Amino acid sequence: MKIGIIIKREYLTRVKKRSFLILTLLAPLFFAAIMFLPAILMENSEKFDQKKVIAVRDESELFLGKFENTDFNTFIYIDKDLDEAKTLVKNGEYDGLVYIPGTKLNVPVNAEIYSVRQLPMTLVTHIRATMKNVVEHEKLMASGIDPAVVKAASTTINVQSIRMSEDAEKESFSEFEFLIGILLCTLIYFVVFLFSSQVMRGVIEEKTNRIIEVIVSSVKPFELMMGKIIGIGLVGLTQFLIWVVLTLAIAGIGSTFLPTQDVFSTGTVMSEQITETAENSDTQAMLKEVFNIIDSINFKTILWCFLLYFLGGYFLYSAIFAGIGSAVDNETDTQQFVTPISLILIIPLICSGFISNAPDSSFAVWLSMIPFTSPLAMMLRIPYGVPIWQVSVSVALLFITFIIFTWLASKVYRTGILMYGKKASWKEIFKWIKY
Amino acid sequence: MNCLEINNVCKTYGTKRVLDNISITVPQRSIYGLLGPNGAGKTTLIRILNQITMPDSGNILLNGQPLSPTDISNIGYLPEERGLYKKMKVSEQAIYLAQLKGLDAREAEKRLRHWFIKFEIQNWWDKKVEELSKGMQQKVQFIVTVIHEPKLLIFDEPFSGFDPINVNLLKNEILELRDKGATILFSTHNMASVEELCDNIMLINHGQKILEGSVYDIKQQYKSHKFEIVIRPFKEAINIPDNHTILSTERDANGEMHIMVSSTQANDLITDVIREGEIVSFKEVLPSMNDIFINLVSSSNN
Repeated sequence: MKIGIIIKREYLTRVKKRSFLILTLLAPLFFAAIMFLPAILMENSEKFDQKKVIAVRDESELFLGKFENTDFNTFIYIDKDLDEAKTLVKNGEYDGLVYIPGTKLNVPVNAEIYSVRQLPMTLVTHIRATMKNVVEHEKLMASGIDPAVVKAASTTINVQSIRMSEDAEKESFSEFEFLIGILLCTLIYFVVFLFSSQVMRGVIEEKTNRIIEVIVSSVKPFELMMGKIIGIGLVGLTQFLIWVVLTLAIAGIGSTFLPTQDVFSTGTVMSEQITETAENSDTQAMLKEVFNIIDSINFKTILWCFLLYFLGGYFLYSAIFAGIGSAVDNETDTQQFVTPISLILIIPLICSGFISNAPDSSFAVWLSMIPFTSPLAMMLRIPYGVPIWQVSVSVALLFITFIIFTWLASKVYRTGILMYGKKASWKEIFKWIKY
Repeated sequence: MNCLEINNVCKTYGTKRVLDNISITVPQRSIYGLLGPNGAGKTTLIRILNQITMPDSGNILLNGQPLSPTDISNIGYLPEERGLYKKMKVSEQAIYLAQLKGLDAREAEKRLRHWFIKFEIQNWWDKKVEELSKGMQQKVQFIVTVIHEPKLLIFDEPFSGFDPINVNLLKNEILELRDKGATILFSTHNMASVEELCDNIMLINHGQKILEGSVYDIKQQYKSHKFEIVIRPFKEAINIPDNHTILSTERDANGEMHIMVSSTQANDLITDVIREGEIVSFKEVLPSMNDIFINLVSSSNN
């Protein structure tokens, strides 16, 4: 089969490129870094910070002994002039100075913090919270109310949203689903555009190299076009598979160092382990929630859908881009054709907020049905759960459109590849379809 | 037997008739020249033969059988617009293109090595095409065209862009391929190469055939019965009877006289001239293909 020979060449020349190797190996490291970075930063950032010594000059004398020392901050109460205290900060004796002026009412509501270097946000928050508590306490006492009563009255309301489906009830976590959706949507936009453009560049390369006529005297233009599309598609799949495997591997290795970050093992098993081991009940609750979220997302379905829509979207757009590539003489001439088409593709990403807010609204459903927008729109909806019939219809429409557009593109391609020096326009291209 | 027969082929693009009822026959083991000004329809005809474009009507027979997709391996084609993948290795690329013509990879490599030795370019094997000069690339393109040993070779403007050394090489290779049994069809503007190589030609203008035949017959057909005689005269002046028309006489420094004569009777002319002096040379002046081409094309344009 000649198409096999073409696919092989298209595939091998790209896979053997150094840039492919670099991108393939670096991207998972990048993904893993994104996954672990917050955890690593959280664990380490405060350790790296030196303990701060903060002087407190309290003229109101209301907060003496109220600022609690923490692992990171020590508070020292001083009885000096403000100017004198400032000099001490400047000389580096203290890292910062909290100055609380005395007021007539004895309920100060301002404080000033002096420092040479910027103090951590957490310290400022800590000071503010402490002062707030003290002042509120004082006010309540002044009004004759026992602060303990107020504390007892305060309540935290816990609302769980549970989505009902045929087989199970699952907790849903909209923010997380939104994030996953945006991530998938951006990723599919990126890969569809990246690999379709490669098809276009390949076609232009053959045209500008003037090798095209030798090739089409040996194979049908349609075979050449399809061979190129399939070959580059396989490059995309290879890259995708390596990414998944490598990301999993890196995540697996990483999680042995950071056990709490193992996002890929199933949530239930992990949360049980955590119940056994975790001592701090707050951490335990938080972790449990994280694993509930992960448990609520059906990664398998998402992966399959991503693959289907990547292939469908890639095939559709690469056929169109192959047609465009055949019609022009160089890459700069492609803009007038590529821009409107990429605008259509990007619509769901622009409307992502709206789609995620109402994933079952008719607008969202329509966008996920129309083949040109469905790959991106469906990625936004998938994490929220989409009825199987909608996915089936949408995928079927996508592949039917792909076949129609491949047929149209091959007609443009057939004529376009042998046209040199003629500036193509939309009108010209439609004429070629009719030949 | 005819290698190629084209019968009544027509092709129209939009409203423009590019080929109008073209018929030619190319005998086996001959070299056929396709002549015509730019835009006459040569490249379209060649693309039809390579099944890149389909004719609107008419049929084509290759070795007596209608042209079919399997004939791709029987045809070698060097297009006018020719090139190679710049970033690919010369050998890889040539093997790839040979595979597309139906050779298996191993056989292609074997033949390629043979050609590389023949052209003394073994050290190009692992080079990328972009490292080669244009003349070097042309050699590779030629090898790619003939590597699958096709029965019919089609060259579109083979000599354009080739340097004189490669033109010579190409001419010799074309003759050698013909001697080995291939049939060659090529289009060209280079009239000298037509006289040198072609057995038969067709002249085409505005999609219409205006002349076809063997180079010899055509020259006979368009000859103007002119003779160039070089003679060492016995006397100061020469006397030639009135049934021949003297067009010009010229005496050179060696005392030889160059005479241009128009005459319908070559033998009579010789007997008439032989009395006047010692004949150094006597030859009929045939019109060059270039003259015939220009005359016919300009008269058909009017």
